[in-house]
Amino acid sequence: METKGLNSPGYEIPDDVKGAVAITTIDRIYNWGRRSSVWPLMFGLACCAIEMIATAAGRYDFSRFGMEVMRPSPRQADLMLVSGTVTKKMAPTIVRLYNQMPEPKYVVAMGACASGGGPFKEGYNVVSGVDKLIPVDVYIPGCPPTPQALINGLIKLQEKIDGQHWKDTRWYREGDLAAIPIPMLGPDLIYQEQIPAIKEASKEA
Amino acid sequence: MYGKGLLKGLGVTLKRFADTYLDDIKWMGKRYYTAEGLAHRSSKDAKGIFTVQYPEEKLPVPEEFRYVPFLVYDEGEDGEILNRCTACGICSKVCPPQCIWIERALDPKTQRPIQEPSQFIIDVDICMNCGLCAEFCPFDSIKMDHDYEIASYGRTVHHLDDLLKPASYYDEIRPVNSTREAAARKEAEEAKAAKKAAREAKAAARAAAKTD
Amino acid sequence: MTTLDFSRFGTSVAVDEREGYEGYLVSADKLVEFATALRDEYGYDYLSSVTGVDYIAEEKFEVVYHAYKTIGGAELVFKVQVARDKAEVPSLIDIYPGADFQEREAWDLLGIKFTGHPDLRRILLWEGFEGHPLRKDWQEAYYEEDIKPFKSRWPKAEYTRAEAQNPYGANVKYPDQFDPEKWVPEGEDALYGSLAKYETTDESGLKTDHLTVNLGPQHPSTHGVFRIAATLDGETIMNLKPVMGYLHRNHEKIGERNTYLQNMPFTDRLDYLSSLSNNFGYALAVEKLLNIEVPERAEYIRVIMAELTRIQNHLFAIGMFLNDLGAFFTPSLYAIEERELVLDIFEMVTGSRMMCNYFRFGGLARDLPAGSLQKIKDLVFDRLPRKTDEMDRFLSENEILRSRTVGQGYLSTEDAIKYASAGPVLRASGVPYDIRRAAPYSIYDRFDFNVAVRYNGDIYDRYIIRLDEIRESIKILQQAVEQIPEGEIQTGKPRYQMKVPAGEAYGRVEGPKGELGFYLVSDGKGNPYRYHVRAPSFINLTAFGPMCKGLKIADVVAVLGSIDIVLGETDR
Repeated sequence: METKGLNSPGYEIPDDVKGAVAITTIDRIYNWGRRSSVWPLMFGLACCAIEMIATAAGRYDFSRFGMEVMRPSPRQADLMLVSGTVTKKMAPTIVRLYNQMPEPKYVVAMGACASGGGPFKEGYNVVSGVDKLIPVDVYIPGCPPTPQALINGLIKLQEKIDGQHWKDTRWYREGDLAAIPIPMLGPDLIYQEQIPAIKEASKEA
Repeated sequence: MYGKGLLKGLGVTLKRFADTYLDDIKWMGKRYYTAEGLAHRSSKDAKGIFTVQYPEEKLPVPEEFRYVPFLVYDEGEDGEILNRCTACGICSKVCPPQCIWIERALDPKTQRPIQEPSQFIIDVDICMNCGLCAEFCPFDSIKMDHDYEIASYGRTVHHLDDLLKPASYYDEIRPVNSTREAAARKEAEEAKAAKKAAREAKAAARAAAKTD
Repeated sequence: MTTLDFSRFGTSVAVDEREGYEGYLVSADKLVEFATALRDEYGYDYLSSVTGVDYIAEEKFEVVYHAYKTIGGAELVFKVQVARDKAEVPSLIDIYPGADFQEREAWDLLGIKFTGHPDLRRILLWEGFEGHPLRKDWQEAYYEEDIKPFKSRWPKAEYTRAEAQNPYGANVKYPDQFDPEKWVPEGEDALYGSLAKYETTDESGLKTDHLTVNLGPQHPSTHGVFRIAATLDGETIMNLKPVMGYLHRNHEKIGERNTYLQNMPFTDRLDYLSSLSNNFGYALAVEKLLNIEVPERAEYIRVIMAELTRIQNHLFAIGMFLNDLGAFFTPSLYAIEERELVLDIFEMVTGSRMMCNYFRFGGLARDLPAGSLQKIKDLVFDRLPRKTDEMDRFLSENEILRSRTVGQGYLSTEDAIKYASAGPVLRASGVPYDIRRAAPYSIYDRFDFNVAVRYNGDIYDRYIIRLDEIRESIKILQQAVEQIPEGEIQTGKPRYQMKVPAGEAYGRVEGPKGELGFYLVSDGKGNPYRYHVRAPSFINLTAFGPMCKGLKIADVVAVLGSIDIVLGETDR
């Protein structure tokens, strides 16, 4: 665990109190606390989920980053590791799970499928990346990313958390936390925002 | 006796628990953060905790390991980039998810296609790391990279500039393959040269026969 | 193929005489009678695979059945042809209940109606989806061309993201006058409607209604995005239906667009725990079509890789099964440790831990790199036997495990055959059926090993049989690494594009989960005309509902864990 940055506020500490006091900024301690206890949602979609399990297991062990507490319930999770192909049939569930997660929440798209559709992109039941449904923080390429690549992505996520300023975070601002509208399973997957366009098209036909 | 099985199982757990500490003592502090320690922890004799302390220590990747593709270029004498790729399009044809887009360059004077790509795009977020492109490239140009630390905050699409890496890098990550391929290339060149020489000799002989 | 005397059916049963095809053509009206005779008189008690083919040029659908005898031997193929505009075939669910999900799949993806099927709902897609995707005239939203390679890739790179061009899918066919605001999703109602309901009134006039419970698709014990819908009486399962398709990645539709070689890496992603077995099955099917031989050394490497795959798959299965029982993660950690060492070998040999893409038609992608054989020997002679015994000592006699599993989730021998269960599930119910023995492929006839079989058919036996199979695999491996000869690893030059003779082929291997079959139809071009996977994870689930009836809800998870499904293969 990295605590180097924690006690360095960016200005000189007088020699006589050095080692006796800890000075830090709210941002630093706030982000340090959050980045060291990112609890992922126990949520596996496809092939990448197996590598995610391998990462959680003994050899790579992401509990070294404070991530061992995988929560089966979205209500207790901070991080959604989208590990695999997002299908249209699964899309409403994924959005619902995301909406149920409390802020602050992060999404990591693990692997090609979750990032951009992957090899199955052309398929009729595949969503071209989970970013078509929910906002994504870190993209990890690879099919599947090896456990070390996944940890690399998680470190990237920690870096992102480090860079956040508590005043600017969306969960302390009003009005930004509207739930994402849940897409519908119609003749195909229907996003709520497409409904007017589809209506228009079917009228013309 | 009820509970015997449980105790037996707990014995296994206890042994595993103790193994870590015993192994620690045996290795006298060299168990972690040393190459030998890491190799020991990945060998058949590994006992106890065998966690790889990524990112401080990294598992060495084997030569055949493949991640995303890249393009090899040879370095010219003054450091210029001599792209091995001839834009033949085989990799884009063989690619299972069709994630390679290639544009053949045009000769600026004649506007005729030449053997060089002007655009080479790999949508890494479609790529399935299968390695077929590298397997069937006849010019040893497209190869699979070992670099897996490429997570980013946006979607990953590699263009020509991102893809090009020097031949020295390729030799370093895949020494066996690159030596074999270089030998094969040399052999093909020699065969070609020999064929040419033979043809010339034949032509000369014929010419000599004519003059006789 | 054996020829049987079907003369009593007259002209209704004819030998399929098309070039490259085999089996019998049965007329639809005689199908039930034929199948009954097949099961009761000819001894073909196991209907393994049911699928459809859309012969659009001839305006007809063909339903293809593969049946076996569980005492061993080659398959019997029979087919029914129906007109495309009136695609109705009698259901065989009464004779072979294992056809249940497969017929539903054929209805879902091809739109072939199976008359007499009691619950003919969509299985992989959702109720209300427009069209049947595997029909040759159906195009998906990102449709580009019929076959790969696509022209937009080279020599002019027209790079676009497919989704950018399809605001809501130019090819999505909405029904006439479709109004999204008035759309009521009907899938859930159809599902709950299919579950038998009950309602009782006791003497005091108190009405008791059923309780419907959903597990999944997001549930930690469903091994991925799998869903179980069950009706309960208190905590007892009255009726249970698996709901799948949450990972339906359109493997077959994409497979029919790919060239033969391009399908190889896609098969890795079927059962993503055992990619090399999938490679094996697919390579066998294509080699049958191409009629080519595999060099000796390559055969040995194939067997070594397939058996290593089985070991690591079973290790993972045991670990996850114990997770499901509530032994949270300690057994898994131990199992995954051994699995990691096997994966190291895969990474060294094939280049990838999981998505190996190692087999080629007529051989392999590359030879074993230096040092890898020694690593394999280290594992199979030393570490794996030791660790398998440790696993056994660790778990098998554990009283908690035994009390949760012994006698629970019972599947009788008859039911296992009837529901077309395969692999460890079938063998734990007392049927010693292993394709490596029953119809040996590759060089399995050279090795000395036993077919693991257990007779109680309960969860415990399905657990312990996996340990047995690991031991048998180690036996095979020990022989193979000793006998492996030097030599070529590929017949002919590796080619990325080839013409495959027209015809059909069915390649099957004993995968870790059971019989993994690839049914291919070639029309002589570079892409398969039909590409179907007989997925053991999918078909093993047919018995899941019946196995769970009468159990407590907590045991459902244990039963599911003991079947060992992988969603990539279940949903394809």
